[in-house]
Amino acid sequence: MSNDTQPAIVLEKVNKWFGQLHVLRDVSLTVGTGEKVVVCGPSGSGKSTLIRCINRLETHQEGRILVDGTELTDDTRALDTIRSEVGMVFQSFNLFPHLTILENCTLAPIWVRKMPKVEADALAMEFLTRVKIPEQALKYPGQLSGGQQQRVAIARALCMRPKIMLFDEPTSALDPEMIKEVLDTMIELAESGMTMVCVTHEMGFARQVADRVLFMDQGEVVESGTPVEMFERPQTDRLKLFLSQILRGH
Amino acid sequence: MSTATTTHISVPGREQPPMLVAGPVAWARANLFNSIGSSLVTLALAYFLLKYAASFIDWAFIKSVWTVPMDPATGKLDPTACRAAKGTGACWAVIWDKYRFILFGRYPFEEQWRAAIVVVLFIGLFVTSAMRRFWRRELALIWVATLTAIFVLMWGGVFGLRYVPQDEWGGLPITLILSTFGLACAFPIAVLVALGRRSTNLPAVKLLCVIYIEVIRGVPLISLLFMASVMFPLFMPEGLNPDKLLRAQVAIILFAAVYLAEVIRGGLQALPKGQYEAADALGLSYWKKMGLIILPQALRLVIPPLVNTFIGFFKDTSLVLIIGIFDLLTSGKVAVADPIWQAFSTEVYIMLGLIYFCFCFSMSRYSRGLEREFSKSVRR
Amino acid sequence: MSSTSTDPRVTGTRKAPGKGVTLSWSDPRLRAIVWQVVIVGLIGAGIWYLVSNTAANLEQRRIATGFDFLGTVAGIPIGEHLVPYDPSVNTYGRAVLVGILNTLMVTVVGVVLVTLLGTAIGIASLSDNWLLSRLCAVFVEVMRDVPLLLHLLFWYALLLTLPPVREAMMVLPGLFLSNSGLKVPLLVWEPAHSFAMLALMAGAIATWLAGRRATRIQHATGVRPKVWPVAVVALVVVPVGVWALLGAPFTLEMPVKGRFRFAGGGLISPEFMALMIGLVLYHAAFAAEIVRSGILAVPSGQWEAGGALGLKRGTMLRQIVLPQALRVIIPPMTSTYLGVAKNSSLAVAIGYPDLVSIVGTTLNQTGQAIEGIALIMAVYLTISLSISLFMNWYNARLALVER
Repeated sequence: MSNDTQPAIVLEKVNKWFGQLHVLRDVSLTVGTGEKVVVCGPSGSGKSTLIRCINRLETHQEGRILVDGTELTDDTRALDTIRSEVGMVFQSFNLFPHLTILENCTLAPIWVRKMPKVEADALAMEFLTRVKIPEQALKYPGQLSGGQQQRVAIARALCMRPKIMLFDEPTSALDPEMIKEVLDTMIELAESGMTMVCVTHEMGFARQVADRVLFMDQGEVVESGTPVEMFERPQTDRLKLFLSQILRGH
Repeated sequence: MSTATTTHISVPGREQPPMLVAGPVAWARANLFNSIGSSLVTLALAYFLLKYAASFIDWAFIKSVWTVPMDPATGKLDPTACRAAKGTGACWAVIWDKYRFILFGRYPFEEQWRAAIVVVLFIGLFVTSAMRRFWRRELALIWVATLTAIFVLMWGGVFGLRYVPQDEWGGLPITLILSTFGLACAFPIAVLVALGRRSTNLPAVKLLCVIYIEVIRGVPLISLLFMASVMFPLFMPEGLNPDKLLRAQVAIILFAAVYLAEVIRGGLQALPKGQYEAADALGLSYWKKMGLIILPQALRLVIPPLVNTFIGFFKDTSLVLIIGIFDLLTSGKVAVADPIWQAFSTEVYIMLGLIYFCFCFSMSRYSRGLEREFSKSVRR
Repeated sequence: MSSTSTDPRVTGTRKAPGKGVTLSWSDPRLRAIVWQVVIVGLIGAGIWYLVSNTAANLEQRRIATGFDFLGTVAGIPIGEHLVPYDPSVNTYGRAVLVGILNTLMVTVVGVVLVTLLGTAIGIASLSDNWLLSRLCAVFVEVMRDVPLLLHLLFWYALLLTLPPVREAMMVLPGLFLSNSGLKVPLLVWEPAHSFAMLALMAGAIATWLAGRRATRIQHATGVRPKVWPVAVVALVVVPVGVWALLGAPFTLEMPVKGRFRFAGGGLISPEFMALMIGLVLYHAAFAAEIVRSGILAVPSGQWEAGGALGLKRGTMLRQIVLPQALRVIIPPMTSTYLGVAKNSSLAVAIGYPDLVSIVGTTLNQTGQAIEGIALIMAVYLTISLSISLFMNWYNARLALVER
């Protein structure tokens, strides 16, 4: 159903309310295959809500969202198919604490893609090696550091061989010395050609990897452009203010 | 790729989401009818609720008999109106006739105002202890003073009050005395047992505490009450004959101390080891460390489960019915034994249920509110 | 990272020096010993005091000691007994055995019903349907805030207002409800039924084996064969077939309404019904709350991660949520089971002959209070300690592995 000329993600005038609060206002966005988009903005701007709408962890009330050509609706079977093509990495890792690292990674391939166990184990080891922690395969999440857990989360998402990877502030819950190892993994993933939408405050990562940066504030996309354009030549006042606050923190 | 915008014109925020998203219709759609199964459940439940609520209201209020006249022949109340309504209407006349007996037992009629004040004092004590601004050392003094006042009022013999012996006490005051006094006396014992259970230096003491805790936790309260009523007299030397209420109170204290000790132990365990270490590093002795640093924090942590334990004991005091002590439940049961009102136990039990429910529900709401507050202040 | 066999900390030959006790008050070990001796001594003295008083009192009141009374004929009539019992022939020991069996039966039936009802209500209270979840919350709150004894008295009084045997209500053909209990038809047990039961047990084992085979096949090929057809055949078709082949006997001994009593059939007494209804409703409310907290304790991130991976809701529940929820549910649920066991002792208030009730009567007749109460406590302690031991073992097994 998907072909390379079709964009990976399309949002058309998406609106979402939480009760009376209008959290996404007429957001439109197109992400092409292999494109890397970074979304930044102050807290409460709706950036997390935006990417959670893409794999329907949140539902939008108005507008259309198309992932890999398929529209997101309440049809659960289509939804499961879409979700297996879209991988997500959470801020709080959300690893399954009662399963080993290996079992965390093989759970979905076995139960969703109906892979035999031996094949799933090999696949998981391949991705655990790629994120550089194959020796932890038989440990439990509670025994790993934060940085290691997040890398496992990335490997777990990759085991489903998704076409698109979503990252919801993947390094915000990590101690500073562990941020680098996770960012390095994400950079390697970007360089291999994966379509990525990433919500993050890590500007260095954005500069190195992003094709496009979106700045969101109060539920709408205020400015967008290449990293150079956005960081060196911000046009709107709001983006200028945000950048000054971020850079002061560094 | 796209170009950067120079000026950005904001999309106006809309306050009113589309009609199908918020408002009472949307609420009903989301919460009552959001799927076929859910709609069927709503309809079925609504039907049964209305049907049974209607018939209950009919029985309890519309067709019920509120008072019955006096029978001139016998001088007692004539329950024929109630009997005629049996099955279709409730007989609340039994409550009007017997409520003082149910609430106060066999306490002398003219002195029942003292028992009533005692109940009010207890409620006041609970409410005061619940309010945060009274959580200071002085609270212990307030407790001691109030409990003394309560016993003075119940016994009498001083200040011109008539003396009322203990076997005439009964009803709600007994329930409150057994549970509150039991908890208050069990508390210091529980602290000692909890500390002993956790002690590493004194293995003999730890073993004794473990045996005590496991034995009491493994047996039903009723066996302890039997022990109190039948065995305690055997333990006492010649001539010393403790009163039945006192024996039951001791059994309840021994029982409560164990459950409180477990709750306190949970608090001691939850406290970070750093607190113990900091206190040691300051050179504090064991008792100073416990009294100034550890216990204040640990006890604060476990107030919600402590309140839940108290609720449990409030209900457990009803077991004294089985050894013949007149608490609220016993008074109710005896009230129904009156030949006039024998068939109307349901109404009396409903009234008792309401009284217990009021006490227990308010305490449980309070403890849940506390739990919510405490978990908010502990940032994860 | 890991120490090799040449690490001198591990393979060294020096041992840690031992510790002696110095006879000085500043030595904490000496203080510890002294304190323990003092405390144990005080408690021992207290116990000796109580014991000597007791011995004197017992002698003075000419009360026998020892458990010989268990061998004497009881004369206590007992309404419900799982083993044959005749008051004029059987001993106190037999009566106590009847009591223990009754208590165990109430406990087992109670635990099963409490688990079923509690889980159902707990899950229902989490439903999207506002009416259903509110109703469950109300049920839980009302049942919990009323003492168990009041529950029992209320239901017992209610059951006693049923019409007398003459006017017994027929709920279903053969099922009669009156104030002397629920009369049920009894199945006349034939060998065919025993064989059908055996077939059922074999079917249960077969179903379990089929489940394991399905998991093996899933690991090997990725496709999980359906287990439910095997279950249906093993648990339904085969036992029914066995029964049919052996002649399909099905005679019911129906209760026949006489003037004052029923002839034939089995009877569930109002005491038993009131005890079960009260115990189950009261404890199911606590169980529902435990199940609810257990499921809520699983962080929503787990649900989201499962959903983001594309897992279906059923798979998510079974593989991710339930295992984590069970860890939180099992410890307090075991306390609830213990509560059911201990609270069954309240049967004495409504006249159901459980252990406490029978020993209480025995105690009154023989005057041997100490032996009686010791007996009660010993039985309950055994039940409680076995449940506690199991819980500790299970808890340790399930603990999440951490750093």
